[in-house]
Amino acid sequence: MDKRNFLYLFYGLTLAWGLLAAYLFILMQRSRKLRAEVDRVKRMVGDNER
Amino acid sequence: MSKREKWVYALGVSGTVLLIVNLYRILLVLGDEMQQGAIYRIIYFHVPAAFIGWTLFLAALVASALYLWKKDLAFDGFAASAIEVGWVFCSINLVTGMIWGRIIWGIWWTWDPRLTSMFICWLLYGGYIVLRSAIDDAGQRATVSAVLAIFAFADVPIVFMAIRWWRTQHPSPVLETGGLAPEMRLPFWLNVFVFLLIGLAITLVRVDQEDTQRELEGLRRRAF
Repeated sequence: MDKRNFLYLFYGLTLAWGLLAAYLFILMQRSRKLRAEVDRVKRMVGDNER
Repeated sequence: MSKREKWVYALGVSGTVLLIVNLYRILLVLGDEMQQGAIYRIIYFHVPAAFIGWTLFLAALVASALYLWKKDLAFDGFAASAIEVGWVFCSINLVTGMIWGRIIWGIWWTWDPRLTSMFICWLLYGGYIVLRSAIDDAGQRATVSAVLAIFAFADVPIVFMAIRWWRTQHPSPVLETGGLAPEMRLPFWLNVFVFLLIGLAITLVRVDQEDTQRELEGLRRRAF
């Protein structure tokens, strides 16, 4: 029981922080894509107005 | 560095430092619980995750109502951010609860009122996230999302009260009945605070993305 107890505690903590880390990774990727897209469209707007 | 970025760093760093100190206390200083052994430590993550999820859903409810009143897309952006982050915390609550249940009850899942209402909560807010990505028009998306956010919140008090209204497999409330040993209380509430700091930091990052998305939509209208 005790060994399994520790093992499942480890699974629980790993999953909890793993989920949060995965979400943070997705957020960072999304931010990077958004910033690149804003720069691209800003350049397009600049070209159109020139 | 913008004021919001400074807040993100301040909340993130203070949350992480407090978390490390508290993790040391939870994992190495506190002893095992008499009946459950080591696995009881899941409570320090399972319950705070639910509290922060519900808090963010409440914040989204207020922001959604404000959007319907003021028609300001900034409120819609905040509501969407709070719900997405709250949904992640809700997922953490469900997953850690299943692992805890596997050891204590011998089963991963049971359809008791607390677990079922929390699962419905997870589905409702998951539906909100999917729905937003399916509507292109910003005004229509904001209105439909706000109505759904208000409707979905009706489930949150049911989840909270489920262990008070019905006899459930899930334990009855331990915090308000003094079921938590005195030495376990400080690390528990400290972890609630840590989750709150981390949740707020992530929500601010997400709000920043919503602002950038609105800026992008404005630029696209000028470009095409």
